[in-house]
Amino acid sequence: MKAFSLLISGVGGQGTVLASKLIATAAMKCGFSARTTETIGMAQRGGCVFGHVRIGEEIFSPLIPKGSADVIIAFEPAEAARRLTYLSRNGALVVCDSAVNPVTGTYNADDMLKYVKSNASNVIIVRGQPIKEQCAKTLNTALLGAAAQCGLFPFSTEILLEVILAMPKFREENLKSFNLGREMYNEGQA
Amino acid sequence: MDYIVYIMGDVIFMMKKLLMGNEAIAMGAIRAGVNVVAGYPGTPSSEILETVAKHNDGGIYVEWSVNEKVGLEVAAGAAYAGARSMVTMKQVGLNVASDPLMCLNYVGVLGGMVVVVADDPGPISSQTEQDTRHFAKFSKLALFDPSTPEEAYIMIADAFDLSEKIGRPVLLRPTTRICHSCAVVELLDNLSRNEPAGFTKSEQWVIFPALSYRNKITIEKTLDDLSGEFSGYEYNTLAGAGKMGIASGGVSYAHVKEHLSNNGGQVKLLKVSTVPFPDKLALEFLDGLEEALVVEELDAVIENELIRLCGIHGLNVKILGKRTGHIGNAGENTVDSVSADITAFLKNTRASETELLPEPPSLPVRPPVMCAGCPHRASFLAVKEAARNISAVFTGDIGCYTLGNVPPLDMVDTCLCMGGGITVAQGLKRAEPDRVHFAFIGDSTFFHTGIPGIINAVYNQTDIVVVILDNATTAMTGNQPHPGMGITMMGGTVEKISIEKIVRAIGVSALYRVDPFDRAAAREAVHASIGQKGVRVILFESPCIILQKGTNGTTSVDGNLCTGCKLCLKKLGCPAIMLAREGKAFIDTDLCTSCGLCSRFCPVGAITCEGG
Repeated sequence: MKAFSLLISGVGGQGTVLASKLIATAAMKCGFSARTTETIGMAQRGGCVFGHVRIGEEIFSPLIPKGSADVIIAFEPAEAARRLTYLSRNGALVVCDSAVNPVTGTYNADDMLKYVKSNASNVIIVRGQPIKEQCAKTLNTALLGAAAQCGLFPFSTEILLEVILAMPKFREENLKSFNLGREMYNEGQA
Repeated sequence: MDYIVYIMGDVIFMMKKLLMGNEAIAMGAIRAGVNVVAGYPGTPSSEILETVAKHNDGGIYVEWSVNEKVGLEVAAGAAYAGARSMVTMKQVGLNVASDPLMCLNYVGVLGGMVVVVADDPGPISSQTEQDTRHFAKFSKLALFDPSTPEEAYIMIADAFDLSEKIGRPVLLRPTTRICHSCAVVELLDNLSRNEPAGFTKSEQWVIFPALSYRNKITIEKTLDDLSGEFSGYEYNTLAGAGKMGIASGGVSYAHVKEHLSNNGGQVKLLKVSTVPFPDKLALEFLDGLEEALVVEELDAVIENELIRLCGIHGLNVKILGKRTGHIGNAGENTVDSVSADITAFLKNTRASETELLPEPPSLPVRPPVMCAGCPHRASFLAVKEAARNISAVFTGDIGCYTLGNVPPLDMVDTCLCMGGGITVAQGLKRAEPDRVHFAFIGDSTFFHTGIPGIINAVYNQTDIVVVILDNATTAMTGNQPHPGMGITMMGGTVEKISIEKIVRAIGVSALYRVDPFDRAAAREAVHASIGQKGVRVILFESPCIILQKGTNGTTSVDGNLCTGCKLCLKKLGCPAIMLAREGKAFIDTDLCTSCGLCSRFCPVGAITCEGG
């Protein structure tokens, strides 16, 4: 198998680090090799955070070269636009449409979504409002649910769910939000 | 994360686990039978010690020491008695611990001792881009430099074995992309390990000039022997053929392999994972080469060694790298940067596989900020308001509160190194006696290196105000315990060491203990301290918001009362306060912790905070 590269992009505190670990663990369960690298530390305090996940038989670098990510999962619109340069020509972008404004002011999320739609061929926009209302603390697993339902991972949805449910913390919430993400895609809301 | 077990036939089990590099180092140390682990938190090294503590069956002694020098000395003492010991720190921590490290090579150890120092190319979360491989050369110690978490897992055991064999401490130097990368690591059986032999009294343990002369001769001989031995080490490798060569090490080697596996290219490839340099292997690499490109992060260490070999052996090989501008001399290497550098070196025309995207719309800048509800915000605000009309300088230190530098607070004028704020303030005061100097320091940093600075100020009668921001944890690195908290890494509760008692014992009488969220009392304490002479200490006590679970209050803005003056936005810099479309403030209830600071701050009383 050719290496599969997935980039996660978000803001400190959104659960990006855990999301990349869950994907890598699911890949490992399927017998693949996996590498990830995440930003931890200073950037956690409200800064931009990204995680690189690479899956395959033999992976060398934990970092994804630009223009070669198969999938980007962006936890908010500006962080999708910021990392879009990593997406491969036929890659898929899953982006949550709820903006996280920086302390320095507000920005226009629609401009960012317009930009990603006109520069990527496969963009899946996930509505943030229902997630915020029903499972605000587990946005990460909701986005994984939407991406899984789109068939973007090189492993089954069941394996990913199994890995998510193996975490003792927020088990019920994660199940609910993962299914919400899947349903939103099915209903065409995503 | 989860284990998986492959059953091959009926008997063979392979245990694989997704581990972060720091976890791999910890699991490797446990596998190697480590007895004593000490350290001081620092990104990207902190999870190593935490992982040992998490997997400790009670047989390993684990402590957060008050600073890196103390931690290294604790580990050295254990190794004197034949125990296997490990000390962990980040690269700037080794500056603090450099005194015992330099001397320890001359004294030696009985049990294996590994000093794990995490470097931070970028730097991503550090003051400097220093390269610990220089420290290995400077202190004349051996060092292992892993290029993946899997290698780190094996190398830590190799480092213990080597340390015991040569009777000297050995360094392991991972970088951020090893420490904070995850990989699938095959877990191996624990190594058999003898009980520590115990401390035997001998002249060996007392450093004296005559002894050091004799030891220096042994040290140099050991380094020569190791250079030869390392030429056959499994992680120092030579592959490929041709007249063009690439030499690399650390995570840069992984980037080189990534590029070569995607693009091909006929090159000779040398991987170096050790100090001392494997001369014999490197000479094989240089043999028949015309040019070599050296791809490494931080400093030109491998590059300098190759230049040395070419000089000594009269080899006509061009060595290209940081010295010649062929590799960047600051910041991290990435697959992209390494690809571009190798492509230029091999004079390949680069296939334009990536189309340039148009520039995105103006992206929001996201400076790291103090959390919503952070008590440091209230402390900085109190000092800022009380010192509004005086000429004051605010020295800062290392911790979350360094972020007090960011607007709108703008309350950190200097930041140098751990414990440096209190002492820099004293020098500033001597040069500018007419200004008022405030030195901010956190609780963990106070215990680390803050105390000598206060003693110095009291002894030399320097007029400064020391503001101790006691949030009852080591927050920036992930809330590790310290002496003021009464918790140890062995799970015990102990008597808390009182910052107030220490300060009073030093002889400070002007001491104010106050909750920074009590705005009137906080400002009053600052006002009172400004009017006094000598060393004044304000002890702001309020726990880190991350440690306060389940804040149930509700904070909201009354749209009828809010005048849209935006003072709360302009002065507090709280991530939970937003500007609504109609120009008034509103509270993001997902982020808000109901600390109450904004409701007490609002000049028209438009913000109400209940509970919390």
